[in-house]
Amino acid sequence: MIRLENVHKAFGDNRVLQGMNLDIPKGTSMVIIGGSGTGKSVALKCVLGLIKPDSGMIYVDGKDAATGDRDAFLARFGMLFQGAALFDSLPVWQNVSFRLLRGPLKRPAEYAREIAIDKLRRVGLKSDVADRFPSELSGGMQKRVGLARAIAAEPEIIFFDEPTTGLDPIMSGVINDLIREIVTEMGATAMTITHDMSSVRAIADNVAMLHGGVIQWTGPVEQMDASGDPYVEQFISGSAEGPIEAVR
Amino acid sequence: MNPLRLLGGIGRAVLTVFATFGKVALFTVDAISHVFRPPFYPREFVVALMNIGWLSLPVVGLTAIFTGGALALQIYAGGARFNAEAVVPQIVAIGMVRELGPVLGGLMIAARVTSSIAAEIATMKVTEQIDALVTLSTHPMKYLTAPRVLAAILTVPVLVAVGDVIGIAGGYVVATQNLGFNSAAYLQNTVNFLELHDVISSLVKGATFGLITAVMGCYYGMNSGRGAQGVGRATKSSVEAAAIMILAANFILTGVFFSV
Ligand SMILES: Nc1ncnc2c1ncn2[C@@H]1O[C@H](COP(=O)(O)OP(=O)(O)OP(=O)(O)O)[C@@H](O)[C@H]1O
Ligand SMILES: [Mg+2]
Repeated sequence: MIRLENVHKAFGDNRVLQGMNLDIPKGTSMVIIGGSGTGKSVALKCVLGLIKPDSGMIYVDGKDAATGDRDAFLARFGMLFQGAALFDSLPVWQNVSFRLLRGPLKRPAEYAREIAIDKLRRVGLKSDVADRFPSELSGGMQKRVGLARAIAAEPEIIFFDEPTTGLDPIMSGVINDLIREIVTEMGATAMTITHDMSSVRAIADNVAMLHGGVIQWTGPVEQMDASGDPYVEQFISGSAEGPIEAVR
Repeated sequence: MNPLRLLGGIGRAVLTVFATFGKVALFTVDAISHVFRPPFYPREFVVALMNIGWLSLPVVGLTAIFTGGALALQIYAGGARFNAEAVVPQIVAIGMVRELGPVLGGLMIAARVTSSIAAEIATMKVTEQIDALVTLSTHPMKYLTAPRVLAAILTVPVLVAVGDVIGIAGGYVVATQNLGFNSAAYLQNTVNFLELHDVISSLVKGATFGLITAVMGCYYGMNSGRGAQGVGRATKSSVEAAAIMILAANFILTGVFFSV
């Protein structure tokens, strides 16, 4: 269970989050939609503590996320960054099994490599990419390696920042199915940012629309089309006419 | 210009300098403390040893050999003005070991190592790789900073020692080939003249400069601004700061070791 309560965050005079409230029940998949630059990525980073909110509270399982044991807290999370954020000094397989190669979860290298190749297969990559370096991969391949890294340690809570951006429709389908499977079969809690409405329908249990620094609408995905909310309707139809300005 | 505005501007600049000093000091203490606290990352340490130590050898060696050679020529020419040409071996040895070996070696390492550390870490920062490290339960200070700082503290004194020897060798070649010194006597004079104290000062300077080069690279990298411009600015500032701090630290250490 993740709860954001009245979270504010500004960068200088750019007020990004202005009282964001959101609940994500355990074992469900929340999808956040919203225009470019509205603060979706910032919201994810606030939950992880990578960005410190100016005010407001974030709870994970009822406990304040900003206090307590950071290592134990982060061990429960996996995160796919919008730009993949692969370590370019390490080959792909060492990126994927990063946690298994060092620190408290350290395993033998052969084992870590097998896990990496298995995770790469799950995101639709062949084993021959394992020994390549991130800079030798296409953008979509990097994104999928980032996804494999996020799920490698089988975390309880996974954040996906635009998992299907830059992928072809077939590969998007594979990734959508994978995210759905992680939630339903492994019982993980997922929070996904996407602009792709077909992904929203495939992944989401619940949808939240972020606009103007607050959640404008949130509800089960089945109610999204009949939300009656002008922001959501404009977003689904992709029209330039409506309350969301086209120039932001 | 309004004198009050001018004063205000100067005041702000001074405050910024002090604030930066404070931040760098805290960062240095933090970086050193992580060297001693687990988890340790031996692979990153070995890579840092290679990059900072082994791969800097050619640059440091070439700097030293030309410096030693030029030093011999200058001392011979200068000494000739009052019939003291014979001091070439002694002054080359002292000049290289006490000052030029560590300072020029340190500056070359600032150019080579500080810049590459700053650019690498700054790029990791702007491409969210540092954030990714954190989410993978890896402390950037332990994973990125500690191995580099430790490697620099250990290898730069060795590099400086090698540079000292090569510099003296450069002086020796010039003196024996061009200036007519006797080979055995030159070496004898060098060895007899140098004291343990000189060598220790050289190594202490090396370790200090090593600390400065690695810490400044890491500090500016970790605090890089956004985008390619941020990386460029971080790299430039890191080398500037490291070079100036090396020269200042050298002045202080020379005072500590050699003032009577
Ligand atoms: N580290 C930062 N420093 C300054 N401003 C930032 C920083 N991170 C984000 N911002 C600003 O916060 C706003 C929201 O950024 P964010 O990345 O969360 O957008 P987003 O909703 O994820 O957009 P997109 O869909 O395009 O990824 C933007 O105006 C951005 O310029
Ligand atoms: Mg984003």
